[in-house]
Formats: sequence, structure tokens, C-alpha cells
Amino acid sequence: MQIHELTLVEATDMLERGELSAAEVINGLYDRIEAVEEKIKAFLEIDRERVLREAGTQVPVAIKDNICTRGWKTTCASRMLANFHPPYDATVVARLRRQGHAVLGKTNMDEFAMGSSTEYSAFYPTRNPWDTERVPGGSSGGSAAAVAAGEALVALGSDTGGSIRLPAAFCGVVGLKPTYGRVSRFGLVAYASSLDQIGPITRTVADCALALNWIAGHDPLDSTSLPEEAPDYRTFLRPDVKGLRVGLPREYFGEGLDSEVRDAVLAAVRQLEAGGAKVEEVSLPHTEYALAAYYLIAPAEASSNLARYDGVRYGLRAEGEDVVQLFSNTRSRGFGPEVKRRIMLGTYALSAGYYDAYYLNALRVRTLIRRDFDRVFEKVDVLACPTSPTVAFRLGEKTDDPMQMYLSDIYTVTVNLAGLPALSVPCALNSEGLPIGLQLIGPPLAEGRLLQVGYAYEEARGPFPRPRI
Amino acid sequence: MALAGNVSKGVDLSRWEIVIGLEIHVELLTDSKVFCGCATDFGGEPNTRVCPVCLGLPGSLPVLNAKALEYAVKTGLALGCEIAPFSKFDRKNYFYPDLPKAYQISQYDLPLCRHGHLDIEVNGEKRRIGITRVHLEEETGKSLHAGTSIVDSPYTLLDYNRAGIPLVEIVTEPDLRSPEEARIFLEELKRVVEFAGVSDVKMEEGSLRCDANISVRPRGETRLGTKTEVKNMNSFRAVQRALEYEAARQVAVLESGGRIEQETRHWDEAAGVTRGMRSKEQAHDYRYFPEPDLVPIVLTPEQIEKWRQELPELPAARRERLMREYGLPPYDAEILTTSRKLADFFEEAARQFPDPKMVSNWVMGELLRLLKAEGKELDQVNVTPARLVGLLQLIRAGTISGATAKEVFEEMFRTGQEAAAIVERRGLQQISDEETIRQLVQKAIAANPEAVESYRKGKEKAIGALVGQVMRETRGKANPQLVNRLLLEALGKPGQ
Repeated sequence: MQIHELTLVEATDMLERGELSAAEVINGLYDRIEAVEEKIKAFLEIDRERVLREAGTQVPVAIKDNICTRGWKTTCASRMLANFHPPYDATVVARLRRQGHAVLGKTNMDEFAMGSSTEYSAFYPTRNPWDTERVPGGSSGGSAAAVAAGEALVALGSDTGGSIRLPAAFCGVVGLKPTYGRVSRFGLVAYASSLDQIGPITRTVADCALALNWIAGHDPLDSTSLPEEAPDYRTFLRPDVKGLRVGLPREYFGEGLDSEVRDAVLAAVRQLEAGGAKVEEVSLPHTEYALAAYYLIAPAEASSNLARYDGVRYGLRAEGEDVVQLFSNTRSRGFGPEVKRRIMLGTYALSAGYYDAYYLNALRVRTLIRRDFDRVFEKVDVLACPTSPTVAFRLGEKTDDPMQMYLSDIYTVTVNLAGLPALSVPCALNSEGLPIGLQLIGPPLAEGRLLQVGYAYEEARGPFPRPRI
Repeated sequence: MALAGNVSKGVDLSRWEIVIGLEIHVELLTDSKVFCGCATDFGGEPNTRVCPVCLGLPGSLPVLNAKALEYAVKTGLALGCEIAPFSKFDRKNYFYPDLPKAYQISQYDLPLCRHGHLDIEVNGEKRRIGITRVHLEEETGKSLHAGTSIVDSPYTLLDYNRAGIPLVEIVTEPDLRSPEEARIFLEELKRVVEFAGVSDVKMEEGSLRCDANISVRPRGETRLGTKTEVKNMNSFRAVQRALEYEAARQVAVLESGGRIEQETRHWDEAAGVTRGMRSKEQAHDYRYFPEPDLVPIVLTPEQIEKWRQELPELPAARRERLMREYGLPPYDAEILTTSRKLADFFEEAARQFPDPKMVSNWVMGELLRLLKAEGKELDQVNVTPARLVGLLQLIRAGTISGATAKEVFEEMFRTGQEAAAIVERRGLQQISDEETIRQLVQKAIAANPEAVESYRKGKEKAIGALVGQVMRETRGKANPQLVNRLLLEALGKPGQ
């Protein structure tokens, strides 16, 4: 038996039955990391000895490097925070530790979670385990690649505009972006506060339900955290979609969608239909404005959230003649080009004279998008669509063309703008052997329903192949 | 200083009307900071009252302190404001080393409180000053520049203990018409805020700060002139002085055919002048936008009403009541309401003593004199209302004279002892026994024939020497009224 081939549920059950120890799981995973990490580069920090010392009793969790971990650096894959040791654990990490889970390591990402390929990491890009010439998606590319490559059985990512779902789709694993407020953001280094949400990346839907149980729930340290008690998500794992109303949003199957992706997603929907689901076409008419609104709201908030990295209190400091020079030198040297681009975009969008035309209009679009979803969810229980218009692209293919890169998020950003939960489940490999993701979107707090549908689909689909590395 | 004199001397302000609006920041008296649990008390070692939240560490999030919200609303209620049922926080973005997140959590377009007013009396005339808004925000840290000024400072030290202390910003309408009026407004505002129990308003500790917008226009003109914003005034007196200077400067500029630049000017206390800042430092675009880390504030009418009920009596009402209930003159009521503690002290004493005016005289006189001389606050000394009453009862019973009482009070003030104990220990009881004093009077008459002689010849004042003799004999303890009466009895009317 190879540890890295177990599902999270299997490993957890074996730990509970005493058939396996936490140290064996850690060693098994670290053996795998030693074997494949050189090719994948999923992690920014690993430390077998340390993890063994803090082994706990449960399966260790790989943590995206924008989630604060006491004792581990939290760099956000940026030179700015290359040596930043947070003096506290994020609420999700504290919860995991309390339940017996060690931190397995810190995973690579696009700098400050800004990107769709993990190529904007200031340190090195992560490779897609299905084809190491391709990107794993982003920004949680390290987390998705680690799970896909068997370096971790579970990882946490963060999703602001698709940063969990896109890499999950590209890497052939399951990724859940919970309802805004379902998982505490305390200790998640903010990119765009009104959109950011932490969620699990796993190999199966059942694993995802288990991991969501560990992290979901109210947190008094996060004012935007929802007060509702989180259910036991495993109770939703029934392969039953009889009578389920599935909506296919017309706008998510239009121009720019790769035909293989389209066919694979529609085939997956037919499998749900075969299980008794009722499928109908629906419309979310304001979808075409979503990407523009997203790329105003997210950078606007980012321009403010990232202003604190000024070289005064922590992180990189590049000295200067006076304090203004110190700010300027620090930020010039500490941030990469994509982060700078978004800070400039956001600063512009919030500036006097432009605020109404850009930021305020973007907020209006956001409201319209929310209403689109409200209206549609009166008619259907879940929406099914592609997670991404294409499969994983090649390294370097889009780094010089930000617009092309931004288009990767076209089917995912609406969900963040509306604060909804969405699940990406692998549904097929294309002709080149690259995974395709099916995205399921639900109304607020419908994580259980999404997991149920995802689980039912997974049962119908059968085991998903694993990459050969 | 020469400039200050020149500018104001050469200018005739009588043809001009001054228009002033104030922006006041008051630190609220909560135990913990507005968005985290750190302590707020003044004077800790630098950077010891900090946590990831008030230091703005990556990933930290603010949580609103319910007490800070309550105090901000109470400030608004005390100033007659309407309280918004729905309000929100916004981020005010700017880079400065003492601002940990490079934005201040503040309120922009939906403040907690609006449309209030504060009544003041200026030279006997009642004036109502409009309050535009009161909103809640967070305090910044403190920069300590090495060297003599920020310009030649080789380095700057930063203390974030203050960062995140809750602050209300109070903005007035441009209703103030003179620098003196501005000062009187601030004094009354300070009293209101202090009475409301939301701040200790200690200007020397920086818990109340004031910036002013000022413009001038020819009398009769209805349009506002171009204003300047004056900053860096560290006392109410400085506000008045700075505004007097700035009004005169503006008039001088206008009368010489010049134009007022809209700018921020710093008050230089030592030089007595305001100085314009470089325009680069003023070009601020704060890029306000809604704070996504906090949820909007929703207040029910019941909650607002509850807080309104909890508000203590405010200075104006208290002044009225002191006059009505205790028959005090307006001057006394005014002095006794300079602080809530003083008014409480007076009332507690007055309730236990039949002569409120006598209590008022002692509080305004000896008590305030000693507090001022010692540079102390009322709660730092040992004199309690009950102890003051103890002293006053001794005077009233004739046990000690007024002069002796002042001496006793000083000792009470320093040692915290009861008046009776001091009088007893030092043997200061007044001699009120008629027979004893009559004998002393006879003795004094016998020993001072000249004085007796001149008194009898009509020199009324000559009796003083005889009183003095009796007082000397008794080391000041003889009841002076009794001595007087018995002397008069013995000598008869002067000139007889």
C-alpha cells in the first residue's frame, strides 16, 4: 500500500482504526514529495522533521502560502514577504491543529494570489503533474498540483476569482469555493477582501466534504463570517440526484469555449440527467460584464490591502533618502509585475474623478450579477458549466498577455462576485490527456447540495485516472 | 513673533466677518481599542499595547468594539444629532509610517451621526452652532522625530500603542464668527463630551485635537471667502491665537489686493504664526471606498433610545438645575460645571449641608485654588465631599473660625484627614465660652488705655487693637464675633 495513493477518507479511517499512524502518513507523503517535487515544484517550504515533531493524530494538510502559519514562513510567493514569519495561525490553521492535523508544508501560488497559472510566483512556477510543460492553473496552483501529484492528500487554497476551481480543473482534482463567510478569512493574507474565500482541494468529493467539515463555521475574529452553524457535510454524500433541477447557463457555453471542454461538460450533465436530474437551459444575462467588474473591484481592494507593505514594520525594506523613497524603493523591488499592474489598476479605479465611472459601476454590475443568480435559483437547484474555457495551457503561453490570462477566469469570477459556493469536479481527459473540470454552482450555503451532486456525478463517472509523473 | 505683531497690528478687522468651522477629534474612553482587544490606557512602554490587528499584520482582520460604537453614538446624542439607522465604515487610504495598514478605517458618506448642534454663550449672547456630523474612526500611531524638527530629523521612532484607539471626529458647520467664539465652543464641547462619559478629553495627552477652517469676507457679503485649514494647535488658547493670527493675515492679504490660497497651514506656537505647507504634502486623494472587512452598522430605534436614556445630565441642563435647585448665581453654576467631577463633588456636599452657597464658595475658592496650585485633578486628592462638609459643619457650629478653617482645609487637602481630627490634634477649637472671653476682654481693656481712649473719642478702628490682643492671647482661637460683641458691650458705642 502506498500512502500517496490513498484518498483522504481512506487514510482518515485507517488512522481512526489504528491501522496507520500520523507519522506513517507524513513519511509516506514526504517520500512522495522527495520523489516528484523536483519536477512539480508545488511547495515553497517543506520540512519533514518539523512535521514529524508536530505530527498530531490526523492527516497533515498542505497550506497555500497566503494562509498564516505560526512557525512556517508565509510569503504569498512574494519577495516582499520572503522572510515573513507570522506570529499567529490563521483561524483555519488553528482549527486544523486543534483537530490533530499538522501543517504538511506551504504551497506555491501566484504572488499575492494574483494570477491564473502560478507563473507569477516570485520564486518559481509550479508544473502541472499531467504535463510538466503546462501550468497547474492558479493562483492555488501549488495546492492543486500537490494533491494531483500525491504529495498531499488534502490542501487548502484560496479563491478570489477562481483560484481554487481553476487549478483544480487543470490538475484533475476536486476544489470547493465555499459561500462567502462560510470559512473564516482571519489569517488569510488579503487580496480582495470582499471576494476572498478559503476552501479545500482534494482528490474526491467525499474527501472534500470531510475537509470542509474541519474548516467551516463561524469565527468571531472575522466580522464577515456567517453565524449559521455548519452541518456535517458528509451526511450529504448520497448518490442521488433524482428530481434535481440542473440549470445550464447559456452564457457559459458561448464563444471562446474549447469544443472538447464543452462536449465533456455536456456529457457529464447527461450523466446527471440519466440519474434522474432535470436539465434546463437558463440565462444569467449580465455575465458578459462580470470579468470587467471583477478586474475593477478586486484590484481596487488589492490596491488598499497591499498598501501596508511599505518596508516600515515587517517584510522587505529597501532604504531610501527619505521615507517616501523608502516606500517607493521597497514597493518597486518587493512586488512583481502582475501585482504592480493590479495595484495600479485599482488605484486608478478608486481615484477622484474615476471612482464613479469604474468602481461604482463595477459595484452596480456586481448587484446585477447577484440578482441574475437569485432569479435563476428560483427555478433550478444547481448550475452546471465548465470551470474554465480551456484545459491547462503551456508555461509562458499567456504571461505576456494579461487579457488572455484574465479570460481563464471568465466562468469563475461571477461566483465570487455573488458570494456563492461552487465546486469543480474533474469530468474527463481531453484528446491530449489533460483534465477538464465540471463546475457546479449553488445558492448561498448550498455546499451540502453541491457535494451531493458532485458525489453522485463522481459515482456515475467512476474513478478518475491519476497523472503519471 | 515680530511678524505676528505686524500682521495683526496693521489690520482693521471691523469691516470683515470671520467664518470658522472646526474639525475635532476626541479619543473615546473605552478599555480596549476599536478593532482589537489591546488596552488603551495612556503611557505604556512604546509598542507594548499592540497585536497583529492594530499593527496591520498580513491576514489580520478588524472586529468592531461594541463599547466604542456606543460611545460614538452617545457623543452624537449629546450633541443633539440624528443617529443613522444604517451606517458603514470606509477606508481612507494614504501612506504614512504611523498608519499601520496604510489606510485608516473611518466613515465617509454614511456617518453614524448627523445634523446636531451645540449652544454656547458668547458675551451674554446665546449662539447655536451646527454640528454637521460625528463619525467613528481609528487613531493612528505616533511618530517621534529625533532632532529638533521633522526636516532635520536623522531618524524617526514609531510607537503603535495609540494605533487603533477609538476616535470620534466631530465636524461643525461654518457657524463660528470669531476666534474667541471658537475657543468658547471648544470649552463647552469638552464639557459635553466629558459629562457624557465618553472621553476624559485631556488635551495634553492628545485625547482632544482640533483643526480649523477659516475664511474672511467683507461684512454683508453672503458668499464664503476662500478658506485655509489651520492645524497643529495644542490648546484651546492656541486655537484662539492661531485663528486670530490667521484672520488678520487673510485680511491683510485681501486688503493689499492679494488672493487667499486654499491650503493647509501649520500653527507655530513659539513664533505665533501660521505657515503654509508645501503643496506636495497637500495633494491627497484618499480613495475612500467601503471597508470590506466590516459589516454595516445597523441600529434599531430601541437601541438608540436606550443609549439616549443612559446619557447623564449634560452641562447646560446641569447649570440650569444648580441655579434652580441650590439657588446659585449663574457664575457659580458655570464654574461648578467645568467638569462633571466638580459638579458631582459640589452636589454631593451640598446635599449634606444646609447652605449650598457656602459649599459653592469653598469648592470654587479653596478647593480649586489648591488643585490649581498643586496641578492636580479632583480624583487625585483626598478631600471628599463628606470631609468638606465636616469642615463646614465645624465653621457653622462655631468650633473654628473661617480663617482657621482655611488652614485646616489645606492640611486636609494634603493629608486626607478629617477636619475634626486636625482641629482636635492641633487644638484649634474656637473659644466660645462667654465668661473666658469676657475676662480676656477686660484684660485687654486694662492693658490698652490708649486704644480705649481713642475709641471712646470716636475712632472706631481703634477697637482692632483690642480684638488683636484677645486673639493673640488665645492664639487665634477666640470666637471673633463673640470677642467683638463683648468688647462693644464693655466699651459702649464709640464717641460716647
